[in-house]
Amino acid sequence: MRPRIIPVLLLDSRKRLVKTRRFSEEVYIGDPFNVVRILNEKEVDEICVLDINASVEERRSDLGFIAELASECFMPLSYGGGIKSVADAAPIFAAGVEKVVLGRASSDSVTVRALADSYGSQAVAACIDCRRVDNHWRVAFDRGRTLTNTDPVTQAIAVEQAGAGEIILQNIDRDGAQNGYDAGLVSSVSEAVTVPVVALGGAGDLSHLAEGLRMGASAVASGSAFVFIGRLRAVLITYPSSQDVNELFKKSGAAS
Amino acid sequence: MITIINYGVGNLSALINMFEFIGYDARIADESSRILDASHLVLPGVGAFDAAMNRLRGSRLIPSLEQAVLEREIPLLGVCLGMQLLGRRSEEGLTKGLGWIAGDTVRMQPEPSFNLKVPFMGWAGVECSPSATLFDVGSEQRFYFTHSYQMRCDHQSNIAGIHQFGGPVVSAVQHKNIYGVQFHPEKSHRFGMRLLGHFIERSR
Repeated sequence: MRPRIIPVLLLDSRKRLVKTRRFSEEVYIGDPFNVVRILNEKEVDEICVLDINASVEERRSDLGFIAELASECFMPLSYGGGIKSVADAAPIFAAGVEKVVLGRASSDSVTVRALADSYGSQAVAACIDCRRVDNHWRVAFDRGRTLTNTDPVTQAIAVEQAGAGEIILQNIDRDGAQNGYDAGLVSSVSEAVTVPVVALGGAGDLSHLAEGLRMGASAVASGSAFVFIGRLRAVLITYPSSQDVNELFKKSGAAS
Repeated sequence: MITIINYGVGNLSALINMFEFIGYDARIADESSRILDASHLVLPGVGAFDAAMNRLRGSRLIPSLEQAVLEREIPLLGVCLGMQLLGRRSEEGLTKGLGWIAGDTVRMQPEPSFNLKVPFMGWAGVECSPSATLFDVGSEQRFYFTHSYQMRCDHQSNIAGIHQFGGPVVSAVQHKNIYGVQFHPEKSHRFGMRLLGHFIERSR
């Protein structure tokens, strides 16, 4: 088996794909359908689509849009943004999404448990957004605007116990930084739980992805690494070939 | 027509989309009559064994499924949990499976030294048996898996493919007109397209 490499696509309020830095400075990337078609051709492992303002704007998911997007995806698709309950998630699954990504709602153990019971743990991912404050990692909500006193390890154990089958560990400080994942954060959370941890926030190139796996992540995700090329961050949708990935992982000892 | 069994479990639209993409019409059905006149049946499934089995039983489709599959020998493909339901039982639950494949489902417990996490979510190469109908023997086979439980078959002859997850794990089963795949062909790019195409073309 080979660890997954997951492009994360961010939707703005008008359903355009954007990329952020530290959760702001949105840069336009392209039309979601075009990008998904390109990623289909590149045979990506999985994609994760996040409607980044849905929660803050208290917007409901556009189910027609999600169904249309899902119909273009011949790879696993996870979707997040504003999902607060089983009632919110049910039509998203019906639209053809494999896995829902919970942000704030992942703290609500009753909802996580209800989703896992209905759809299975593998269909429920908890996205834990983290920010480093005074030398301590802390979990944040609402696009990083609400900082909690909880540390990511405690949060990860809680969502796993509630029934989440996967943890997307997002480092807000490194969002868009393209200088690599934070080793301390990734390894501490990966060691603390038995479910797969997906590292997100910081990767800029293939070597960073391999590093993330060595830190203990089961899968690695990135926005920037697959949409920008070069120092000037020109927009170009890329994804490594299966062969390139195998070679890289073999060299780095990340593949099993 | 290709008929995807709707008992309230599984990603039906993804299957429909992929069949359409490779040029076949498929329909979703939850009535006995449609199951009995299907050319091919697909039994999807995600989530917990008991929940899915209870829903299938609650749908009252099992008698017509038995008639379609066991008597009329309409080809059936179980996908993911849909494959596990073909067996006798699962460690995950208490209810009985369909019992069409001589096998039981158990939790995957890879040795800690492999450093593998359960559920396994990801891609794996499948090594198929030389007689496997749904695979192109000798070419690359890569599929997307998401599972915590694995099927164990009584008879080697029912194992159509294996993948490695800290040891060999059954990725596909086959018994007469009954097929099952642990992975998600509808989410496995051209590899899945080819497999679904073979199911339609080769299974009768």
